[in-house]
Amino acid sequence: MKYTGREAVSSIAVQMLLILAVGGLGWFLVATTLENLEFRGVSTGFSFLWRVVSMPIANSWIEFVPGLHTYARALLVGLLNTLSVSGVVIVASTIVGSVIGISRLSPNLLLSKTCGAYVEAVRNVPVLLQLVFWYQLILELPAPRSAFKLAEGIFISNRGIRYPALGDETAVVIAVSTIAVLIIAFVFAAGLQRKGRVRLGRWLSLPAFLTLAIFLPIAAIHFSGHLRTPDVPVLKGLNFRGGATLTPELSALTIGLSIYTSAFIAEIVRAGVVGVPAGQREAAMALGIGPFVTLRKVIIPQALRIVIPPLSGEYLGVIKNSSLAVAVGYPDLFAIVNSMISDTGQAVEGVTIIILAFLTMSLAISTLMNWCNRCVALVTR
Amino acid sequence: MITIVMILLLGKLAWWFLDWAVFRAVWSVPSTPSPDTQACRTADAGACWALIREKYRFILFGLYPHPEQWRAALSVLIFLSLYPLSADRRLWGWKLVILWVAGLAAVFVLMYGGVMGLAYVPEDQWGGLPVTLMLATFGIALALPLAVVVALGRSSNNPTVRTMCVIYVELIRGIPLISVLFMASVMFPLFLPDGMNFSKLLRAQLGIVLFTGAYLSETIRGGLQAVPAGQSEAAHALGLGYWKTMYFVVMPQALTLVLPAIVSLCIGLFKSTSLVMIIGIFDLLNAGKRAIAEPAWQGFGAEAYFFVGAIYFAFCFSMARFGAGLEKRLRRDR
Repeated sequence: MKYTGREAVSSIAVQMLLILAVGGLGWFLVATTLENLEFRGVSTGFSFLWRVVSMPIANSWIEFVPGLHTYARALLVGLLNTLSVSGVVIVASTIVGSVIGISRLSPNLLLSKTCGAYVEAVRNVPVLLQLVFWYQLILELPAPRSAFKLAEGIFISNRGIRYPALGDETAVVIAVSTIAVLIIAFVFAAGLQRKGRVRLGRWLSLPAFLTLAIFLPIAAIHFSGHLRTPDVPVLKGLNFRGGATLTPELSALTIGLSIYTSAFIAEIVRAGVVGVPAGQREAAMALGIGPFVTLRKVIIPQALRIVIPPLSGEYLGVIKNSSLAVAVGYPDLFAIVNSMISDTGQAVEGVTIIILAFLTMSLAISTLMNWCNRCVALVTR
Repeated sequence: MITIVMILLLGKLAWWFLDWAVFRAVWSVPSTPSPDTQACRTADAGACWALIREKYRFILFGLYPHPEQWRAALSVLIFLSLYPLSADRRLWGWKLVILWVAGLAAVFVLMYGGVMGLAYVPEDQWGGLPVTLMLATFGIALALPLAVVVALGRSSNNPTVRTMCVIYVELIRGIPLISVLFMASVMFPLFLPDGMNFSKLLRAQLGIVLFTGAYLSETIRGGLQAVPAGQSEAAHALGLGYWKTMYFVVMPQALTLVLPAIVSLCIGLFKSTSLVMIIGIFDLLNAGKRAIAEPAWQGFGAEAYFFVGAIYFAFCFSMARFGAGLEKRLRRDR
């Protein structure tokens, strides 16, 4: 739209006024904040990050010793915790959500109604309530002495979930990085194949990926020498000996977030499958293709186009909801910044860190999902 | 085959649940002089519903003074009667606005007191369901005008206005609600000169409004984009200015288009008001959590959360039903 004389003048006047108003408000806020901070004796700046922390952190993937390491390292621990919880929740809720979403469309009335009830019950109750509910439930479980035995070596008690350990933390890091490398390699190969540079055929399929994703990490751990004989927990006296623990906090957080997110993903998946024209399924059936193959080769590829944009919103939601960890006492990034602020009084810096970290994570997820979306989108001219 | 497995599985679950919630439940315990929860702690005791019986007033109304709790209950009733009235299409318009203003004024008089012979109750004694309903209601009522302005700003030609709106919306949508609430509770006092301050509840409310406004404005912007350009061009051709075009022609169509989406945002808002628990405000969820903090009742968390969850479910489920009905009717109208 082109401005004519009077409109241009009024538009410029509006802009000047706005800039003055917002600038003035910003200046006032900054000035009073600085004054308040000075009054409280808090120095501004990020130099406090190199101060030594005395608070212990319960769950951490890297070594953290209170009284030796700095706030910067504590923040890194928090970031890794946020990322690992979000990753686990995203994978678990996508699997559960897809199964439930597809089951809701099943011709079996009992199955579809049950899944519908699950979705309605889960998504109409606040996620924070669900988190504290699961946390409370785990704390109310019997003590290790009379723990539930889920399977050989897997115990559930009020101390969390005890499971047989295959390796130490280094092994976990090796496994995760192997899988990450594998995903990047597959994505890269798929890109090359799309451009027609290479022809990999059957090597580039989901079964091949899953096989590799299971065997490569095991091989990597084995060759790095971190593989131990399974350390099966046994009950000795009042507590377990051996094995590894999923703490009550982490269990409640992953269970609660996964269940909550799965209900929303189920709805997204259902909408995606419903959105595929019925003629596609009928045509596949007329060709004599079985229901499972129809789903995998005809329905899902087309449903993905509808599913991916809302799904990326849901994944962003998982990252943001992981900050609710603070309610069950799991030390994620938000919880650590929270206690850092109450220790040092550096509220402005702490909030800046939170905003920057979450904006970066959100941006990364949406870039990745946009790329996925381009891969499955219809090629139109 | 699936049917048989499902029947077995559901039957077992239902039996286990009924056994816990009904057959082995403890409905009441001797409560004088202090609650004696021994009956709930025996090995074969199921759900301890006596907790709800004992504590339901605390969960619903928090620390509100006991003899005055009828006022909090009446406020909840006012809210509960205003919601279905707002869902009635025949009342949409000025009538509804007047109704809401009168209703909310009554709620404030009831909750604060201090006039007409009612005892004064300060804000920090409010709690439970009235606080949750207030946070949600004012959240949506104040976020809506803000969102309309921001949505218009984001689709305007004016580059400064557009940039400011984009920064606001994307910044808020990138961070979790609890960090906004945290800013409202910890940072906000730093922003203001000495002696000037708001109560914590008001600050949390402000945070919720700013947060909801950003999401709502994106929904409304979607509606604005869906209104055909011919509509505003025709209005221009008739000689209507920008504001009149928006008010009489474009906005009514845009808002109608996204009404179902707004309802689902309301559901999300209602649920996320529970996050104020983290900054220590006594809403419904926090009251439920505090109810089981007493030594006598420790270990019966599931029952309290069940009760609170059922209340949230009732509200959200009826909103969802209303939204689905609305969607169906809008599709038929078009």
